[in-house]
Amino acid sequence: MSLFRTIVFVAAVAGGLAGLALTAIQHISAVPLILKAETYEKAKEAQAPAPGAGATQNHDATAAHDDEGWSPADGIERIAFSTLANVVGGIGLALLLVALSEIAGGITNWRQGIFWGLGGFAAFTLAPSLSMPPELPAMPTADLMARQIWWIATVALTAGGLALLVFRRTLWTAVLAIALIVAPHVVGVPKPESFETPIPHDLAQSFVVSVVISSLVFWVLLGGFSGYVRSRLTAAH
Amino acid sequence: MKPETSATAIVRQTNVASRAIQITLAALLGIIVIAGAGFVQISVAHNAAHDYRHAMGFPCH
Repeated sequence: MSLFRTIVFVAAVAGGLAGLALTAIQHISAVPLILKAETYEKAKEAQAPAPGAGATQNHDATAAHDDEGWSPADGIERIAFSTLANVVGGIGLALLLVALSEIAGGITNWRQGIFWGLGGFAAFTLAPSLSMPPELPAMPTADLMARQIWWIATVALTAGGLALLVFRRTLWTAVLAIALIVAPHVVGVPKPESFETPIPHDLAQSFVVSVVISSLVFWVLLGGFSGYVRSRLTAAH
Repeated sequence: MKPETSATAIVRQTNVASRAIQITLAALLGIIVIAGAGFVQISVAHNAAHDYRHAMGFPCH
């Protein structure tokens, strides 16, 4: 089997399974908190003045875009689309993880896969969440594009830093690695104009914990499954 | 340089290049899929993947 096909096959199986497991975890952890936050979001929109009547803040204008166009109906339809997003997103993240691990010779077993998964967790969840904690609907946020750029840069710098730490063994690369990991937090995250929010602090805090913990389980499963499937494939050839 | 040695070297280089291309393509495919699920702001994609984006800590509206 060509390397490309091996990567896609391993990623499809590992990403699909980890995505399904993540759906189950989110269903009992993060999603109920999102639904609760939406009740505050709707209450806030109901209180807000009519559009154009002095609504000058950015997030008042952007809050309306949720109501635009089609969105899945609450219940089964919404769960189905979240499941699909989890599986598709899981396969995407698995493709990236498995492809990058091939540069270092590939993940040879499930235990090694867990460590690759922990690396993914550190880069994709832990690092961005430090300066930009996972946000519930109706939480105050800065410009979306600026936050997406910061988020992507943080993930890339953290992953690069971790790779340098693990695969290069000189002092100066270790120093550079730490500098890369620290840099996005020194630069700082784009801040909203106002921190006013109808979301209770306790709810926001629970959401951060549920996102970080469910991501940890997801990444460990993703890495573990990747290592297991890849080792079975290479053993068969 | 002996003929077979240079032939072996060419085969090895081709292998390295082929591996690099296949790894790059797979990684790019992954980035496109992640962008679709987590970042594209087209209304339908955003609304369908809304809970996923929030629950993975992706920046969302």
